[in-house]
Formats: sequence, structure tokens, C-alpha cells
Amino acid sequence: MSLVPLAQVQIRERTGEGCVAENGFCPAWIVENIDKYWAPFLEHVYLTVVSVGVGFAIAFTLALLAHRRRWLTGPIIGVTGALYTVPSVAAFFLLLPITGRGNLTAIVALTAYTLLILFRNITTGLRNVPVEARDAATGMGLTPRQTLWRVELPLAVPEILAGLRIAITTTVGLATLAFFAGGGGLGEQIYSERAGTGGIFFQSNVVVAGGLAILLAAISDLIVLAVQRWATPWRSVSTV
Amino acid sequence: MSDLRSQAVSIEFREVTKRYPGSEEAAVNELSLDVPAGEICVLVGPSGCGKTTAMRMINRLIDMTDGDILLGGRSVREREPAELRREIGYAIQQVGLFPHQTIAQNIATVPRLLKWDKARIRARVDELLELISLDPDEVRDRYPAQLSGGQRQRVGVARALAADPAVLLMDEPFGAIDPITRERLQNEFLRLQGEIGKTIVFVTHDIDEAIKMGDRIAVMKKGGYLAQYATPAELLMNPVDDFVEQFVGSDRALKRLALQRVRDIDLWTAATVRVGDDVQAARARIADADVDVALLVDDQSRPIGWLAERSLAGEKVRADIRSVAEPIVELDDILRDALSDLLAAGTRFAPVVDATRAMAGVLSVEAISHSLGTEDLDTQPRAAAEMLSE
Repeated sequence: MSLVPLAQVQIRERTGEGCVAENGFCPAWIVENIDKYWAPFLEHVYLTVVSVGVGFAIAFTLALLAHRRRWLTGPIIGVTGALYTVPSVAAFFLLLPITGRGNLTAIVALTAYTLLILFRNITTGLRNVPVEARDAATGMGLTPRQTLWRVELPLAVPEILAGLRIAITTTVGLATLAFFAGGGGLGEQIYSERAGTGGIFFQSNVVVAGGLAILLAAISDLIVLAVQRWATPWRSVSTV
Repeated sequence: MSDLRSQAVSIEFREVTKRYPGSEEAAVNELSLDVPAGEICVLVGPSGCGKTTAMRMINRLIDMTDGDILLGGRSVREREPAELRREIGYAIQQVGLFPHQTIAQNIATVPRLLKWDKARIRARVDELLELISLDPDEVRDRYPAQLSGGQRQRVGVARALAADPAVLLMDEPFGAIDPITRERLQNEFLRLQGEIGKTIVFVTHDIDEAIKMGDRIAVMKKGGYLAQYATPAELLMNPVDDFVEQFVGSDRALKRLALQRVRDIDLWTAATVRVGDDVQAARARIADADVDVALLVDDQSRPIGWLAERSLAGEKVRADIRSVAEPIVELDDILRDALSDLLAAGTRFAPVVDATRAMAGVLSVEAISHSLGTEDLDTQPRAAAEMLSE
């Protein structure tokens, strides 16, 4: 590496204004403006948590229904699959006339995207419960409801949580588009036009906001992973 | 075993039929049989004979189309299925332990459903683990994946016994176990049954297992028909038709040897003499006995050896023997083992003693052969008959 670019970096850091004007990566500007990311970050967390939470509640209910009445599985996969294929930006704009600009539109769209993933994983988890465990449960006098809550769901936890991880990661990513619907979040920062700079995608902004989104996805993933380890001690024992 | 031991009850099948929708042939056809309280009834037959279906109708995992099943005189039809099942132990081939629960939690399944208090459950779990020869402190908190196949099978049986059910259903419980472990588990289970005395319905496709485990055996054939319901010995002695005879196997005479004890057959007699007995009287007794040599015994009638001819030379019996009495078999010996002893020693007969080691008779190869009956021998493959007459 030659000395010249290094010198340029030095100059840029010292003279923050020039860096911003040139749409560069400006640590000085970032340090100065870091407070501005806090609110969008929290919004992003809110969008993710609510969407995945509501999505999980709906998918879980549907999965239990389909568990009792197998014929429902096909139609549910059809509908949630169709929702999943709608391009996300299009979904936001389609919903605007109904739900208006704001959080709600974003949450409805983001929730819709989680359904297929969560439903599929919950039903797969329930279906993969060993036949003999179910037979033994019924044979010993557990009611269908007791079998579900004491045997089938605990055994489906690994698959359910795997679905949750995918859903969270996907939602964190898609939530960066929520600002199209006026839903806020880190996307607003990523795509923002910084007044007076002339550039649409201000580099420093993209790096920080994008980085925060990735960090959020990674941390949520680790949290779910920790929950999984805690909830399924029987999977981490050494076997004979 | 414990103070909460329940009374075993009888099981009665009353013309039970199961027909699946869309199927011409019945899975179980007018099955009638009684299992007395405290006995093991083995349902045996080829696949598709309806044995498992018949068993699963007892705890209503399958509902019968027609007929009735009575447990202790009470119809299972009028019982609420889940509640009925909690009173019936259930053990299956694949064991079906819950992988996410510890061994203690698995065993506690039914007691928890019955809302026993914690202390009672804990005590019961430990008691059962000891009953199946596992160390409670060692395995209580382990998961099923941490046990060997044989250990898991035993835990499955313990779980089935947890709430001390009056009736136990076992569907090929030792089917997926290697032969050596299976034999051990079978013996262990028979010992256990000796203590707990449950009424047990046991399903298997293995006739040898049926003969070993069953007090009574129900042989079933395709279409859900009961071909024969009898004790193991009777089944081996008098198969009712070609199907049963073939199913029981051409070596059934030998199987019967494994079932009978020396005391079960007509033993031969031998003259017993003591040192100092009158020779004339001794000679008369020898002439009357089945064996043409006398057995010298001590003053407690315990066998010493076969008398040498020269001991009968004077007026009083002398102590010279031709050979020591070897082998000596006991009344409670399994006939197969006794025969094996005779063959190994290269002798045709041996003295039989009772529990006090006193002379009780003579076991001979001919006596064994006779006990197997002529109706067997003329239908037997030559090998079996030849082996018996050596």
C-alpha cells in the first residue's frame, strides 16, 4: 500500500465535512451522529419482534389445526406460500390503501412472510415425533391434548426453533424495507438522502445502519440458539 | 413387592371381531378366550394373523367391531379409553421411551397422570429401578439415549408397571434385542412375574418365545382365527391341525423336553441295597426292577454307586461297586438338561434324587423317549427319534 491513500484517509478523518461532502466512509461523522441510530434501531427491533411474534402465534395455531385435521395442511401451505412469493416492496404498496402508511402496514406484510417458514417447521417437527413415542403415550392413557403438550411439542422444539431462527433473520432483513410503507426502522437510515450531500445512499449511513441490522440478526440468532440449548438438554447428552 | 400391589384380574374375550372399513376379511374373527388372573397368555402367529389387533382392543387403542372384552368381569366398552389405559400397563417392541424426558420422568408418566404426590412417585421410581436391576442413583436422571438397548427395554417394562396395573400388555417387548440379551431379559421377566403376578397378554411371532413365556398360548392364523388355545405342553403334545403342527415346528418334541421336569415323567425303578442286606432278598428285588443292576445306597438312601456282581456272592451284600453313580439327576431338573447329562456321560440311565438327595427313581433314555409318546415319534423326523434312542 502506498503512502498517498493513507494520507488521504488521514485528511478525511480530520476534516469531517469534506468526507461527508464526498460521500465517503467517515468515522468522525459516525461518532458524532451515532445517537441518530438509536431510535431507528429500536423501531427495527420492535418491527421484528412483533411481526415474528404475531406470525408465530398464527402459524402455531394453524399448525395445531393441521395436526388434528391433516387435509388442512395442503390449503394452508398454498395460501402462506402465495403470500411468501409476493415481492416485499409490492406487498407494502398493496397494503398502503388498506392499512395506510405506518407501522401496521409493515407489520402485516412482515408477519405474512413468516407464516410459511414457521408453519412448515412446526408441522414438520410434529410429524417427525417418533411413532413409538406417540403410541406409548396413547397406550399409557395420555389424552390427545396431553400427548400434544407433553410429548409431541417438546420433541418438535428443535425444528420449531430452527424455523424461528430463519424467520427472525429473514424479518430483520425485510424490515429494512419497512420505511417504504412509513414503518421506520434501520432502512430509513440506509436509504436516506443526507441533506446537502447530494448523494442518495450516503456511505457512512449504509455501513452503520446495515451493520446494526446484521448485528441484530446475529444476536437474535444467538439468543434463540441459547434458548434451544436450554430447552432441549436431552439433545446434548453423550449417547452410548 | 409393595403395599400398593393391585389384585390381578382375568381377561375374557367374548366373540370379539374386528373388521376394518373397506376390508372384506376380518382382522380378528369371533375370538373367544379366557386368561385367568395372574397368568401369561401369549398370542402367537404369523404376521397378519391379528394378534396385535387382538391385544390392542383390550386397552381400546383399537375399537372392536363386535363382541366384548371383559377385564375382571367388566366390559372395556363402557370405560373411558384414556382412563382405562392408565389401569393397563403397556410395553412395546420399540419401547417408545420419551427421548426428552429422564428415566425417572419416563417411569413416572402414569403416576403423574394419576396425580400421585411427588414423594410417592419418587419412591415408586426407585423401587421399580431396583426391581429391574438398575441402580437408581446412576440412571434416574439420565436420558434414554444414554442407556443400552437392553436397559431401555427394562425401563419400558418398569414404566408399564409404574402405577401397578392389574393387567399388562406386551407387544413383542424383546423383539428388537440381540439373542443373548433377549434370553436374559426373558428370564429376568419371568422372575419378575413370579413376584408381581400380573395378568399378561404377550404378543410374539416367535413360537420358542411363546413356549418359554406363556402359561397359555393362543395360536392365531391368517384372517384372525384362533387355531388353538392351550398350555405349552399340550400345544406341543397335541397340535389340533396341520397349521398348528407346522407352526409349532418339527422339533417340537425337543422343545417339550425344555418344558418338562424329571418329576413329570414316569421314572424307571432300580433295586436299592445297603451293605449287609440279605442277598436273596436283594436278588429278588433286582429281578422286579426295570434296571438289572442294583444301586448301593447309604443309610439315608443316598446313592453311592452301581453294585458289582461280586458283592452279591455271599449271604450279605458287600460294599464293592462297579462304578460310582454318575451323573445323578434331580427331580426338579429340566428334562432336556438331564438328557444332556446322560448323553454326555455316555450312559443310558442315572439315579434320580429328591431335595434331600435321597433316591427317588431312575431316569433312562427310554423313559424320556416313552414320555414323548408314540403319537409324536411316528410323525417326528428321524433325527429326533434317533437322538433319543442313541
